Amino acid sequence: MRTHLIEMKVNGKACSGEAVARTTLADFLRHTLHLTGTHVGCEHGVCGACTVLVDGVSTRGCLMLAVQANGARVETVEGLASAEGVLHPLQQAFRDQHGLQCGFCTPGMLITLKELLAENPDPTEDEVRDAISGNICRCTGYQSIVAAALQAAKELRRSGSAP
Amino acid sequence: MNRLIGKSVPRLEDPALLVGKGRYVDDIHLSDMLHCTFVRSTMAHAAITGFDAEFARSMPGVHAVLTASDLAPMLMSKRMPLSAAPSKEENSSTPFVLQDREVSYVGEPVALVIADSRAEAEDAASAVQVEYEPLPVVVDARKAYEPGAEVVRSELKSNLLNKLHVGYGEVDEAFAAAAHVFADDIWQHRGCGHSIETRGVVVESRFGGSELCIWSSTQMPHDLFYMLVAMLDMDENRLRVITPDVGGGFGPKYCIYPEEIAIPAAARLLNRNLKWIEDRREYFMAAVQERDQYWTLEIAVDADARILGLRGRLVHDQGAYAPKAVNLPYNSATAMTGPYIVPAYGMDVLIVHTNKVPVSSVRGAGYPQAAFAMERMMDLIAVRMDLDRAEVRRRNLIPPEKMPYVKQLKARSGVAMIYDSGDYIASQAETLAAAGWEDFPARQKAALAEGRYIGIGLANAVKGTGRGPFESGTVRVSQNGKISVFTGATAMGQGLATALAQICAEELSVTPEDVTVIAGDTAVTPLGLGGFASRQLVTAGSSVHLAAKSVAAKAIKAASRLMEVDEDALKLEEGRVWIRDGNRSLGLGELAQVLRGAPGFAFPADLEPGLSTSIQWKTDALTYANACHIAEVEVDIDLGEVTVARYVAFHDSGRLINPMIVEGQVVGGIAHGIGNALFEFMGYDETAQPVTTTFQEYLLVTATELPNFETIYRETPSGLNPIGAKGIGEAGTIPAAAAVVSAVENALSPFRIRISQTPILPERLFNLIQAARATT
Repeated sequence: MRTHLIEMKVNGKACSGEAVARTTLADFLRHTLHLTGTHVGCEHGVCGACTVLVDGVSTRGCLMLAVQANGARVETVEGLASAEGVLHPLQQAFRDQHGLQCGFCTPGMLITLKELLAENPDPTEDEVRDAISGNICRCTGYQSIVAAALQAAKELRRSGSAP
Repeated sequence: MNRLIGKSVPRLEDPALLVGKGRYVDDIHLSDMLHCTFVRSTMAHAAITGFDAEFARSMPGVHAVLTASDLAPMLMSKRMPLSAAPSKEENSSTPFVLQDREVSYVGEPVALVIADSRAEAEDAASAVQVEYEPLPVVVDARKAYEPGAEVVRSELKSNLLNKLHVGYGEVDEAFAAAAHVFADDIWQHRGCGHSIETRGVVVESRFGGSELCIWSSTQMPHDLFYMLVAMLDMDENRLRVITPDVGGGFGPKYCIYPEEIAIPAAARLLNRNLKWIEDRREYFMAAVQERDQYWTLEIAVDADARILGLRGRLVHDQGAYAPKAVNLPYNSATAMTGPYIVPAYGMDVLIVHTNKVPVSSVRGAGYPQAAFAMERMMDLIAVRMDLDRAEVRRRNLIPPEKMPYVKQLKARSGVAMIYDSGDYIASQAETLAAAGWEDFPARQKAALAEGRYIGIGLANAVKGTGRGPFESGTVRVSQNGKISVFTGATAMGQGLATALAQICAEELSVTPEDVTVIAGDTAVTPLGLGGFASRQLVTAGSSVHLAAKSVAAKAIKAASRLMEVDEDALKLEEGRVWIRDGNRSLGLGELAQVLRGAPGFAFPADLEPGLSTSIQWKTDALTYANACHIAEVEVDIDLGEVTVARYVAFHDSGRLINPMIVEGQVVGGIAHGIGNALFEFMGYDETAQPVTTTFQEYLLVTATELPNFETIYRETPSGLNPIGAKGIGEAGTIPAAAAVVSAVENALSPFRIRISQTPILPERLFNLIQAARATT
C-alpha cells in the first residue's frame, strides 16, 4: 500500500514519518514517532484517552488520519512538562490530588484540561466536569480529577503563566 | 513510630505516568514484530461447516492464518485447563484455545491472523470465510436448566453446570413461626469491566521458539506462567511472564484467556515476535462479563421486623463457558446475609450456561448482587411494615459484642466464615448522622410540594478481603543502599507500589523513594498469586512488612558484629545503623556490601549471606471490611432520569496505610456501582447477538453524572494480619447500586413503585412511573 510522507511539529519539534493513508493520528504518534504517551482506549471516539491538541484544538487522535494532520502543530502529553522535567501545574495537581490511578486515561484528561484552562482560566467545578465529560476514567470517579483541575487553574492564575 | 503508615504519601507510580512514560503492553515494541488479530464467531451458537482462508493468506502482508489444528502441535490440549494447576481430568466447561467445530457465543475465537501490520491482519480476518450452520440458541438462563431444554454446546447433556445448596438452620420452622413473610424476584443484569486499556499480549520468541518472554495485561502473571508451562509443555526456566503497566483490571483480567495461550503458541510455531492488542469491540464480545443473576426470595420476620429466616433460589447466568472454577454464585450465596443476623438461611443455587460471553469476576465478584438482593429485601420489610428503613436494619445488624461473629457457612478455602471485627451499628449510625437521614422526610415533603421527587436510600455491606493462601514479598538491600521489593502481587493502577514501599520504608527507616517495587514478573518472583479479591495490601503488605522487619534485624545483627557492640546498643535510623550513644554508623548499603561476600575472603562468623529476606505470609481466613452508603437522588418523573445529588460513604477497612489511595479506591468503586445502578447495560437480542458493543450504546458513567462524594473512615484494625489492614478495592462498589436504587424507590414512594432490578435505565423507570400513574 502506498505510503505518504507526513510532517508535523510535535511538541515544538519537527517530526516526520511515512504512513499509509488510513493510519490514524494516534497510531502515527504512537507507532511511527514512538510517542506512546497518547493512549488508545476505544478507537471510536468516545473514551477520549487519545485526545491531543492539533493546532491548539483538542482532537480525538483515533478519529483523525495522520495525513490530515500533515503540516499541523500537535501537542501531546510528552510536551507538558518543561525540558528540565518540571511537571506542568496540571501534572503536579494530578499528583497532589490523586487524579490518576492506572494512568491510562490521564494523557487525554491532561490535554483536554490544558485546552479548558487556556480558554477559561477560572472555571467552576461544573465547567470542569463538562469539559472532561468526553473523557472516560474507570478508576477515579472523576472527583480527584476535578479537584486537580481546580488546583491547577488556581496555580496558573497565581503564577500568571499560560496553561 | 508510624512515620509513613497512615500518611497520604504521593504515589511513586505517578511521575512516569504523568509525563507519558508509562509502559503499557501496547507501548512495547520489539524488532521484526508481527501483529495479530482474531477471526471471531458471528453466531451465538452454530456448527462450523466450512473454513476457507486461502484468499486471506494471499493478501498483502499476511504471514499466517492459524486454526486449532495448526496450533495443535504446539499445545498439550486444545482446551483451556480448569485451573492454573492443570489436571489431566477432562472437563466440558472451559473455553477452547481456538474453536474449530462449534461456536457457542458471538466473539468466540475461531482463527488467528498474523500480518505485518494490525490493519493488514484485520483486512485478512474479514476475508476469512467461515461457514456456520445455526444451532438453537440459549439466551435466558431461567429457561435453560429445565430438562429437555436446548443445550449451549452439543457436548453437554444439560446447561446446568452445577447446583448447590447454601444454608443452615431450621428454615421451614422459621417461616412457619413468622409474623410476616415478604417475597420478591430480583434481577441484576450483566455489565463489563471496561478498563480503559483493553487486553493485550506481546511475545518475544528466542532461540528458535525454545524460550518465550510474554508481556500480558493481566492481573495474574503467575497463573498465566503456570498455565503456559503446562499448555506449551515448556520447562519453567524457558518462560518468563511480565505484567507491564496495566491500564486497569477491574476483574476481567483475573481470567487467563484463550488469546493468552494462542499468541505464545503461534510465536513458537512461527518463531516470530508477536503482538495482539484487543480492540474495544472485541472487549465487549470476549472479555468476561458479570452480574446476571435472578433471585427468587422470601424473607420471614417477627412482629418487630427481626429476621427469622431467608430462603430462595439463585439462577446464575454463567455464559457459554466457565473460564475459572465457578466462584461468583458461591460468593453471592454466602455473602447474601451481609452484616445481618439471619437465624435460618437456605439458598438453592443454579449455575446455568447460556450462549453469551463467559462470566467471571467484575469488581465485586458476586458480592454486589448479594448486597443488592439483601438490601432490597430490607427495604421491602420496612415499606410493608411502615417502618424506617434504617431502623429495620439497625434491629438486624450484628452487634459489636457478638464479634468475632461466626457465620454458619464456609468460605471457598473450607474454613468457617468469621467476621473478625467491626461495629456495624455504630457505622450505620455515623453515616445516618452525616447524611442528615433524620431531616430528610421534611426536605422530601418540601420538595414534593414543589413537584420535585427526591429520595434517600441506604445500604450496608460486608466484604471478605485478603484472600490467601499467601502472597510473596522479598525485600533486598542493594549495594547503594536502595531497597528493592519483589512481589507476586500485581499492580493494575491501585497504587500497590506506593503502599508496599511505605510499609517497607517504615521498617527500614528510609523514604518511600528509596524503595523500588517490582511486581508481576515471574523471572524475579518465583511464587505469586496476583490481583483479585481485595487481597493484595493484606497479603503482600503483610509479607513485605515481615520481610522488611527481618532485614532490619539482619542489618542490626551484622552491624553489631562489625562494630563490635551489643545489638541493644544499636538503632536503625535514616537508612543507617547507629550506635545509640555515639556518632558511629553503618549504612544499609555498606552492610549489604559486606553481606554479599568477597571472593576468597572469610565471611563474618554467624551471619547469613545477603541482606534480604523473602516471606510468603499465609492465610486461609478472610478479614471482613464493612461499609454503609447513603445516596440522595432526584427523579425526573417525565423522563425517568435519575440525578445522584449527594452521596455519603462510610468505610471501615481496618488500618489505612495510605488514606489518599483508599479514598481513590472508594470513590472509583462507587462510580462503578452507580454505573451498575443507572447506566451500564450489556444487551443481547433474542438470538444472543450482543447489541451494545460501543461506548455509545453501553454507557460508562462520566464526570457530569456524579456528585462529589463524602467519605467517612473508621479504622478497626484487623487482628488477622500483622499490619491490621483490610481490603478496600471492591468495597466501594458493593453497596452502591443498592443504595442508589433504594433512593430512587424512595423518591417515587408517592407512586408506590417497587424496583427489583439493576440497572434501572430511564426507559424502564419511565414505564414503571407511567404504569403507576395510570392506576392512581
